[in-house]
Amino acid sequence: MENLTYRHKAKTRAPGDKPLALVGVVASGNLEVLVERVLPDTDCEVAIATTAKGFGDVWAAVVSDFVERRSPGGLRLSINDGGARPDTVALRLSQAVRSLEEGR
Amino acid sequence: MRDWSRDGTARDERVAAGRVLARGKAVHRDDAAKLLEALLKPGDRVCLEGDNQKQADLLAEALTRVDPAVVHDLHMVQSGVVLPEHLDVFESGIAKRLDYSYSGPQAARVARMLFGGKIELGAVHTYLELFARYFIDLTPHVALIAAVSADRDGNLYTGPNTEDTPTVVEATTFKNGVVVAQVNEIVDRVPRVDIPGDRVHFVVEAGRPFYVEPLFTRDPGAVTETQILTAMLAIKGIYAPYAVKRLNHGIGFNTAAIELLLPTYADRLGLKGEICTHWALNPHPTLIPAIESGWVEQIHSFGSEVGMDDYIRARPDVYFTGADGSLRSNRAFCQTAGLYACDMFIGSTLQIDLAGHSSTVTTSRVAGFGGAPNMGSDPRGRRHPSAPWLKAGREADPDAPAPLRRGRKLVVQIGETFGDGNVPLFVEKLDALNLAEKLDLELAPVMVYADDTTHIVTEEGVANLLLCRSPAEREQAIRGVAGYTEIGRGRDRAMVERLRARKVIQRPEDLGVDPLDADRSLLAARSVKDLVHWSGGLYAPPAKFRNW
Repeated sequence: MENLTYRHKAKTRAPGDKPLALVGVVASGNLEVLVERVLPDTDCEVAIATTAKGFGDVWAAVVSDFVERRSPGGLRLSINDGGARPDTVALRLSQAVRSLEEGR
Repeated sequence: MRDWSRDGTARDERVAAGRVLARGKAVHRDDAAKLLEALLKPGDRVCLEGDNQKQADLLAEALTRVDPAVVHDLHMVQSGVVLPEHLDVFESGIAKRLDYSYSGPQAARVARMLFGGKIELGAVHTYLELFARYFIDLTPHVALIAAVSADRDGNLYTGPNTEDTPTVVEATTFKNGVVVAQVNEIVDRVPRVDIPGDRVHFVVEAGRPFYVEPLFTRDPGAVTETQILTAMLAIKGIYAPYAVKRLNHGIGFNTAAIELLLPTYADRLGLKGEICTHWALNPHPTLIPAIESGWVEQIHSFGSEVGMDDYIRARPDVYFTGADGSLRSNRAFCQTAGLYACDMFIGSTLQIDLAGHSSTVTTSRVAGFGGAPNMGSDPRGRRHPSAPWLKAGREADPDAPAPLRRGRKLVVQIGETFGDGNVPLFVEKLDALNLAEKLDLELAPVMVYADDTTHIVTEEGVANLLLCRSPAEREQAIRGVAGYTEIGRGRDRAMVERLRARKVIQRPEDLGVDPLDADRSLLAARSVKDLVHWSGGLYAPPAKFRNW
């Protein structure tokens, strides 16, 4: 098990009003993301617990692109990873942010 | 005085030698190897019908049993190297040289035998290219073919898997060659005549069905959310803006996902009747929901697919069928249709380099090409206009005068940035180049050349290479959709953002594709069983796909 945490500044507050959401499942090749609106509007934190060791640089790249593209201001995302591929991680992160918008 | 009919005389001698074993045209299956020994001469060019699907398996097995002292150094010219027997004949010296197109299941052994010097390779061809050479410089002396049934005169019924047979027989018989057909059974009257009997010299009754390789069945249960996302990007980023009506799909899961999104996602976008109406396509089970929902006008097929026969029979307005009601496929005609009459090819690949060359060859697997290179190439002989073709031509060369501007075929490579076993789709150097170096080949086996590739779609977005104006832009457009592979992480971020502003790269958020839609509930069928339900019970999937 490896634990990684990344903190970023976001351009804007994540849209929507929901306080939290959970997407994905913990399984081999998959991951679960808990997203909570608990930080100041310009902050974003991503905390990862992963079974696959040694992929810190890929996680850093995925998280950095995610913050740039989705601007998740105010969110803390907690990830339970079962060794998912980067494309699955990126998809789950964007799903987590979308899940906080109204009406979904 | 020159003798102008030496070939005909030689053919008559071969046939006479074979007749010793025949009653009429029929030869008993126990005598099949003896028949081949009587017909074949060392160095002959032989087409042992190995198609993409249908296999002359009895004759293939018989050929492994001929005496190598009598029959040796054959030059095999066949599109598919599929059965172990197709390579066994090279181990024993019965065959020496090989010209072919596709070797899916035998890809690893072909690679080993090429490196071991057991096979002298002519070339790995595209289908139409090999068929063309049958009529110019690779005309078979003897063709060993497969059909469902024959009558006493040798008229053949090929059933739904006609595939390569008419082309092989045409080239062989009309140039003084000998045609031997294995058939499941000899009957009084064939259901329809696919091959006229005067083109067939010998018939061997196998007493059992020939082997058919099920190649086009993709289990919807195995479609991933990333593939669904990628499929949505393709539909919204390419199918819709170009209004692609006439097309061919590859056989991978990415295109299967697109087929399963037509009645759901594409319907929601209002695209029914606007896209995907006319197809050059094998009978893909995953297209059943779109057909049943009224999306599809017509489909011409290269071959058939295991389990689809009854469904096809019940949908004659959609498929090409004979007077007997069963599918009539034809690989040469369908490849031609895919080349000239389709506006788009979209398919998966194993490796894409920084220029956009694409290959399925790795140093341990020489799989050949399948239909992709003909479908996935821009036909320079095309002259009829269509909206997608003209739009693509305009994007590639906006300043040329319209009446003199060639259109462009849309050639789309689609895939996830990481494939099976987390192998990256994008590479600095294709394995095909390493193979060419090791085997001292003049030409690397490239499936789709960079100058034919117009778009690359991954879960990261759509790259439109038609809009690139320099090799540097092209490289960054490819890196820009290469995700977190080494290639993707090596991108020039500023240039990628400039390309995005010009819509050379379009991300999911640029196209308004909602990541929450990337869910298996969006698939029109989520299992093989769902496909059976959609077909009204007419689709009969092979046993390995029945998991209920």
